[in-house]
Amino acid sequence: MLSPAARWLLRGAMALGLAFIYLPLVIVLLNSFNADRTFAWPPPSWTTEWWALAWESQGARDALWTSVKAGLGATAIALVLGTMVSFAVARFRFFGRDSISLLIVLPIALPGIVTGIALDSAYQTAIRPMGFEKGLFWVIVGHATFCVVVVYNNVLARLRRLGGNFEEASADLGADTFQTFRFVTFPLIRSALFAGGLLAFALSFDEIIVTTFTAGPGVQTLPIWIFNNLFRPNQAPVINVVAAVLIVASIVPIYLAQRISSDSAAGGRL
Amino acid sequence: MSAASTVDRSAGGATAAGGPVRRLASWLHRHGWVRLTALLSAPMAWLVVAYLGSLTVLLISSLWTVNSFTGQLVREPTLDNFRTIFAEPVYRNVAVRSVTVAIAVTIIDALIALPMAFFMAKVASPRVRAGLVIAILTPLWASYLVKAYSWRVMLANGGPVDWLLGGAGNGPGYGLTATILVLAYLWLPYMILPIYAGLDRLPNSLMEASADLGGRGGRTFRSIVLPMIVPSVIAGSIFTFSLSLGDYITVQIVGGKTQLIGNVVYANIGAANNLPFAAALATIPVFIMIGYLVAVRRSGALDQL
Amino acid sequence: MKRIRMLTAVAATGLLGLAGLAGCGDGGGGTTPGGGLKPPQIDKLAALGAGEGQVNLIAWGGYVENGSTDPKVDWVTSFEKATGCQVSVKIGATSDEMVTLMKTGEYDAVSASGDASLRLIYGGDVAPVNTDLIPNYKDVFDGLKNKTWNSVDGASYGVPHGRGANLLMYRTDVVTPAPTSWSVVFDPNSPHKGKVTAYDSPIYIADAAVYLMTHKPELNIKNPYALDDTQFQAAIDLLKQQNAVIGEYWSDYTKEIQAFKSGDSVVGTTWQVITNLAQADKAPVAAILPSEGSTGWSDTWMISSKAKHPNCAYLWMNHIISPEANAAVAEWFGEAPSNKLSCAKTADKNHCTTFHAEDEAYFSKVWYWTTPIEQCLDGRTDVKCKDYSTWTSAWTTIKG
Repeated sequence: MLSPAARWLLRGAMALGLAFIYLPLVIVLLNSFNADRTFAWPPPSWTTEWWALAWESQGARDALWTSVKAGLGATAIALVLGTMVSFAVARFRFFGRDSISLLIVLPIALPGIVTGIALDSAYQTAIRPMGFEKGLFWVIVGHATFCVVVVYNNVLARLRRLGGNFEEASADLGADTFQTFRFVTFPLIRSALFAGGLLAFALSFDEIIVTTFTAGPGVQTLPIWIFNNLFRPNQAPVINVVAAVLIVASIVPIYLAQRISSDSAAGGRL
Repeated sequence: MSAASTVDRSAGGATAAGGPVRRLASWLHRHGWVRLTALLSAPMAWLVVAYLGSLTVLLISSLWTVNSFTGQLVREPTLDNFRTIFAEPVYRNVAVRSVTVAIAVTIIDALIALPMAFFMAKVASPRVRAGLVIAILTPLWASYLVKAYSWRVMLANGGPVDWLLGGAGNGPGYGLTATILVLAYLWLPYMILPIYAGLDRLPNSLMEASADLGGRGGRTFRSIVLPMIVPSVIAGSIFTFSLSLGDYITVQIVGGKTQLIGNVVYANIGAANNLPFAAALATIPVFIMIGYLVAVRRSGALDQL
Repeated sequence: MKRIRMLTAVAATGLLGLAGLAGCGDGGGGTTPGGGLKPPQIDKLAALGAGEGQVNLIAWGGYVENGSTDPKVDWVTSFEKATGCQVSVKIGATSDEMVTLMKTGEYDAVSASGDASLRLIYGGDVAPVNTDLIPNYKDVFDGLKNKTWNSVDGASYGVPHGRGANLLMYRTDVVTPAPTSWSVVFDPNSPHKGKVTAYDSPIYIADAAVYLMTHKPELNIKNPYALDDTQFQAAIDLLKQQNAVIGEYWSDYTKEIQAFKSGDSVVGTTWQVITNLAQADKAPVAAILPSEGSTGWSDTWMISSKAKHPNCAYLWMNHIISPEANAAVAEWFGEAPSNKLSCAKTADKNHCTTFHAEDEAYFSKVWYWTTPIEQCLDGRTDVKCKDYSTWTSAWTTIKG
């Protein structure tokens, strides 16, 4: 239904768009070999010194591990909470049901700095007097809050598409509530959970603004570590190395997510 | 064949009709509201108490002030902060500038994303499509900061952008244009994905039917495709709009001397140690976003995030 | 449906409870009257105990070097080995940031400039220092001990780190002839429009005031941190005029070095350490102290009133003002050391002369960063001066 001219135009648009997206990333990769400490362009000379430094950088490794922990924690909480709410919204009718989607979207729709200072002042007011220190836990709280929405939307879309027939059929055949969930519902929403969880992890992994306000001095997630080190002349190039590695390393989980969620058309977000 | 014997063969756990787990399950099944409460309690506690509670604390603190010398909070409610915001023209200018940037970024991203998403959803073969989705998602994993700094390098005097445009000084340099450009770049995947998902859901049969009825490419696009993907575009715009409205880091990196509302809020927390004033300023983007969300709720965009 | 209403009620109660918590609770230091300010009573450490194994510092970039910037620049590793206190440092880009960070109570010590120190003292965020517990203190220049920015009523609140002036950096190939005055950054018709840079902090208003002290003597500014209405307005107007030629405001090194190397900035304020790093990267830059004088800093290491590792903090303070460490940091950063004995330990034998370490007359032209307060710092009692919160809101207006 599309003329060949239109097809070629679209192909061109796609190519241009991809070039636009990847050009800065290519520059990042090239800069990781740039001998100049402050990324002068064109690079005066090339060096693998930064790659060696990054390999040995304990700070980068610790920060990476902290980010992974925070991401996993936030994703786990988001998966649980998001699934619970989506079930409630999909299977029941109750007062305020329509407002729930608005409420859940709020953490991600409001600018990060607002969420950040809100959580910070809540911490100073309510949590600090109780004696708890800011730490990884508060970071996870912050991240989970805006990650719930991606899981919620994915699972809700899947539940709506599935309809209630499967669960009713399962009950007709004698399964109780728990068995139905375990053997019927869960396998059907598994890929939506995976897609939502992966996106939630990605959101949490690269988050800097809310994290700046919720992490104490001892907690350095990878974005915070990058932020602190971009200001140090000799550390800045190491950042490029870390970024290059992340890009390459992320291809695998994304590919996996694609495969797993490709069982349904447009499986939610992926 | 009784129901009980079917269960005996297939279930793994408590199988006896009348076992404690099964009794609980039946009781739950009959009392739907308990299930509902159980499902809603934890998430609502989190979102309403923790998140809305924090927002409320923030809003309340916008009514306080700070002792200018010691920096201690003065917890006496007053509207002074809001009076300052409305009286001083600089805050109006900054707010208007921020909203303009957010709108510009949203429009640019929508224009770039539409053809790309259309290609991915309707023209590309399934294998290519999978590869393209991966290609769009991968940059999300490159740190936001690194991408912004990479743009700083590209926009530097005599850098790649200048070189591309024919010489030092021809590029936009650092400033408002650069800010809009870089923000549009950073949020592009967030706009492509919802539009792609929306287009993917659009059955090809609809477009073929339109062609059968005599509509050519452009007409089909205008009358059939566009109205159906409006919710997706709006969903994408929620991301780009809110992410641009509150951003303060990109502006510091490529914005030159530009100030956006995020910077002023951040400066008031950091430089001025004036949380109440920062909170008062923060209410501006909050109300803008809430207004926007309520307005688009009807379009069903909120489900497509 | 009753159940759902109950849920909503519970949620609303939770919200109100949280809000109530926010409402009550004491106001801490609360409202202190304008005159007769007294810092809160905090006890200084009586005796030095064993090190706690860790110390969290806030410092200017370049003050706490452990070899990661340059393997030859390291005075932290020796400290860690000798005392067992592992050092973790948070770089503060501006004094304001440092004050905010200290208020969290999560850090043990801070290298505070004069515009942060008094705020910290009166805010109860730092404790007086028991100088008897710091053996190297006796060798500090007398001209730095117990000054207005690091002591109150004779009680010392910190150990001096070093002092220096803010300089004017310029691209030697672009800005010709070499500038000798700040007018090159304040000129509204500057040939370098769009390539001028300035420090991104409200304290920069004092730099405008210093310029006006020479170029508009009718304003009668005696102290750039003591500005009444007319003087303040003149400084603001000058800065608003300057904003038109500014390319960007800087607060971190990499940005400024990068900007000067690429030519996005060709002239503006700087610290010596930034110039040194840029020159090491082959950038054609030079820095001078202009004829009008300049603002500067005299930094003091202060200990937090909520320090979790007070012993390690004291050990650090003693270490950083020891002759070798103080000499090393003074050379790396490009400032005058605070320890008399450091002058003999610097690699460049002329370092102390170049940086006027013993030249009090030189430093009389350098206006150390100080927090502006309502009571005029130049001693006038007939007018009220602008305090720092006015400076910060004015700074937002200047940047537009």
